[in-house]
Amino acid sequence: MILTLFSPELVVILGSLAVFGVSLGQGRDRLAATVTTVTALLALALSVVSLAWQGELFQHALRIDLYSQLFKVFILAGLAGVAIFGNRLTDTRSDVRPEYFLFLLLGTLGMMILASSIELITLFIALELASYALYLLIPLRQERPGLRVQMESAAKYVMFGIVATGIMLFGMSYIFGMTGSTYFRDIAPILMQRWSDPAAIVGILLVLSGLFFKLAAFPMHLWAPDVYQGASNETTAFIAGAPKAAVMAVIIRFLLCCNPSDHALSAVLTVVSIGSMCFGNLAALVQKDIKRMLAYSSIAHAGYVLLGLVTLRDTGYAASIFYILGFVIMSLAAFLVICLVSRNGENVLIEDLSGLHSRSPLAALILGASMFALAGIPPFAGFMGKFFLMAEALRGGLVMLVIVAAVNTAIGIYYYLTVVRVMYFSEAGDRPAVGLGPVNSALGLVLLAIVVLLGIMPSFLLDLALTAVRNTAL
Amino acid sequence: MDVFLFNCSWPLLSVLVFLPLAGACLLPLMKGNRAAKIWVLIITLANAALSLKLYTGFDLSTAKYQFVETARWIPSLNICYTLGIDGISLLLVIMTTLLMPLCVLCSWNAIEKRVKEFLACILVMETSMLGVFLSLDFVLFYIFWEAMLIPMFLLIGVWGGPRKIYASVKFFLYTLAGSVLLPVAIIALYLHSAPHTFSIPALMGLPLAASLQKWLFLAFFIGFAIKVPMFPFHTWLPAAHVEAPTAGSVLLASVLLKMGTYGFLRFCLPITPLGVEAFAPVVIGLSIVGIIYGGLTALAQTDMKRLVAYSSVAHMGFVTLGIFVLNANGIEGAMLQMINHGITTGALFLCVGMIYERTHSRELSNATGIGKVMPVYVTALAVFSLSSLAFPGTNSFVGEFLVLAGAFAFSGKIAALAIPGVVLGAAYMLRMIQRIIWGGVSNPDTSALRDLNAREIITLAPLLALVLWIGLAPTVCMNTFHASVAHLLQQFHAGLNL
Repeated sequence: MILTLFSPELVVILGSLAVFGVSLGQGRDRLAATVTTVTALLALALSVVSLAWQGELFQHALRIDLYSQLFKVFILAGLAGVAIFGNRLTDTRSDVRPEYFLFLLLGTLGMMILASSIELITLFIALELASYALYLLIPLRQERPGLRVQMESAAKYVMFGIVATGIMLFGMSYIFGMTGSTYFRDIAPILMQRWSDPAAIVGILLVLSGLFFKLAAFPMHLWAPDVYQGASNETTAFIAGAPKAAVMAVIIRFLLCCNPSDHALSAVLTVVSIGSMCFGNLAALVQKDIKRMLAYSSIAHAGYVLLGLVTLRDTGYAASIFYILGFVIMSLAAFLVICLVSRNGENVLIEDLSGLHSRSPLAALILGASMFALAGIPPFAGFMGKFFLMAEALRGGLVMLVIVAAVNTAIGIYYYLTVVRVMYFSEAGDRPAVGLGPVNSALGLVLLAIVVLLGIMPSFLLDLALTAVRNTAL
Repeated sequence: MDVFLFNCSWPLLSVLVFLPLAGACLLPLMKGNRAAKIWVLIITLANAALSLKLYTGFDLSTAKYQFVETARWIPSLNICYTLGIDGISLLLVIMTTLLMPLCVLCSWNAIEKRVKEFLACILVMETSMLGVFLSLDFVLFYIFWEAMLIPMFLLIGVWGGPRKIYASVKFFLYTLAGSVLLPVAIIALYLHSAPHTFSIPALMGLPLAASLQKWLFLAFFIGFAIKVPMFPFHTWLPAAHVEAPTAGSVLLASVLLKMGTYGFLRFCLPITPLGVEAFAPVVIGLSIVGIIYGGLTALAQTDMKRLVAYSSVAHMGFVTLGIFVLNANGIEGAMLQMINHGITTGALFLCVGMIYERTHSRELSNATGIGKVMPVYVTALAVFSLSSLAFPGTNSFVGEFLVLAGAFAFSGKIAALAIPGVVLGAAYMLRMIQRIIWGGVSNPDTSALRDLNAREIITLAPLLALVLWIGLAPTVCMNTFHASVAHLLQQFHAGLNL
């Protein structure tokens, strides 16, 4: 029984062992890529099947339910996407490519356990597993002559990450000190009872700060632009999506332990949300490197997601889950094109996309649609997500916050539009054609279809998210 | 619900909305540009024919929503897929579907690059425009309202004139910025209804606090006023009109501008009557400024497209004036004028496009004195220009007359302020046709120009017929919205007393 419940993780563990075996030999990077892709797809299929499963494992440290499995589906979708369109690893030295896939799988494993863990120590170890794997992915990028930008990014990511972890551990110690337990099921009622004690809110806020680092929310966002830019395209594609979904699962678990009528907590979240939206959108306006632009835009998206969390209600959490899961798919679609436009793995400037419509109509269509989706234009997923978030925040009486979010949508459209403008209105010049290849074309179309489907038939995922939150809160 | 009439056994409205989209999806299968053009012409003609069925099946005696289709869509927020039509939207829908084949025809030779993409954009535009007029659910409405920006942005930016990028980005940003507060207002309405609903008919006549109504009105107003466009928000319009390809200009002028005024009629009057009452003086003031300003600016233009664009600002000023004087004459005049403006200004843009295809210039001075070589063309142009200046016997005369009658009933002084706009209209239009037909003493050599070919005559003929038909027998049109306008005013006055 235990093995069945744990099977998506087991597949990833076995896959990483296999990749580890492969990495011991020389020049086997294609094999490692294939093993990773197969592992990812198998685990993805299993996780979809596992949506209906329920149970607890390992002395109640992990919980398998709709909530955790829903996140796992999208985390694995992120992995599978990157494994398929990013498997060339053009900007990674060929002798470390198998190791790259190993860390990719281990990072995913950490995130999957993170989504399931209902015990603080397990949660912490899962978070570190996910983080350290990602820390290692960044410096694997090839060195440019005279430029060690990947080292700078990696150093920043590690330093900030460790500080954030320290803050979070400190917060956890408060929570443990107050409740005497590391299990969420014990923590929640005691914390609720003793909510008037300032230590409770300090502990929660410290933990949340550490988690906001992963989400790249203001003011813990400083690493994002440099890491996005310095990491290789495939790494950025992965970091941009799946880890955010995983950490979202944890944030909501902590918020479910909080007193929902607390004003201090929602005030702090409001400030973080407004700061993220405004800073992210304004800074993104002037970017020339598309990855850096998307880094700032992801800060803004973290702000939008917080709109649902501020409400401290299950319907708000469901809206946030809908948004972050949609965001994983949207950014995956965008990075698919970015990875393929970049011939040798160099960074892509926005002007490098000039005339993409004639160099590859499908790539332009996919990137264009994902830009409009990220901007929140219907009929794409981003619009529905924003609409749900606004509806829930207004239901919670946060009029000013919603107006700030609406105004930010208008600011944000400018830089997304710049990308579309360059692709469709500028001439290609002597820029080479972009070949997507059949597999990547199909993957792109699937992602596009999901983005549109979530925009016109959002009910399915929204209801699933709501059921998941309600069940896991019990 | 009792305001719904299910008088059609099959989903006619859904077919109308989604047939063009389906057609666009099949476009890549067409071999060659010519086949694609014929395919799109067939689709748009089929849609136009279907929309006539709306007219024949429409019950003129009731203000209820007809041909209604409804289905649950997002149950957790009580969002429904509801389509329906009433007197306010009927003519707008028919006008839209009738204009689409003309847009295809006028682009037949004018569009040379990326023809299939162009046609796809046109079809997606049709879907979203019809969706806006037919949606009876706020979320559905907003989706169509916003989704329209993408194809229009591409139409201007890819197939437009020399400053197309500036124009398309300005168009997109301006209209999007205007409507970002719309969802906030929509959600606020949702939260104030019991049970919570996004259904537009159910939200009419809610007893909302006066201050809330004023805020909601302002949020609606910014979005709609930019679309109309009303005076201080009009700056995107000349740029977009001038740079857009002919079909884009026609769609912008004939349909997109009407969405703003349609929004006022559909949402502001019945949902936020107190807001309308409070801000009506401001809106009337802006309308009159728009009428005079548009007229004066049009008088100074040397670019024909620009001239027609500014004349749109003036004409739409009459429409908003008619709506906000809040009496039956004014609103009926405004509704008729919406249709008239769609027909006449659409036709004028088609005419300008035809000259542009021949001379590759829109400058008035390059097209003077062509009456001799293009007699058919200038005849049509003269009729449309006379219609634009509201000459008796043409369609706009009836509309403008009703609007002014409504304005006089509201206040003699206000109406007197709008009168110079009528004179200005005559001045800039007559100036234009005088130059084009006769010109001055030294006209450019235009002997190489050929008169209209059969395709172009077919493009203009239906509009010509409509100009005269509505001008001479306006009751046929007006009967379609009598009941709805009466109901709308009744709703509005009932809302004031809640």
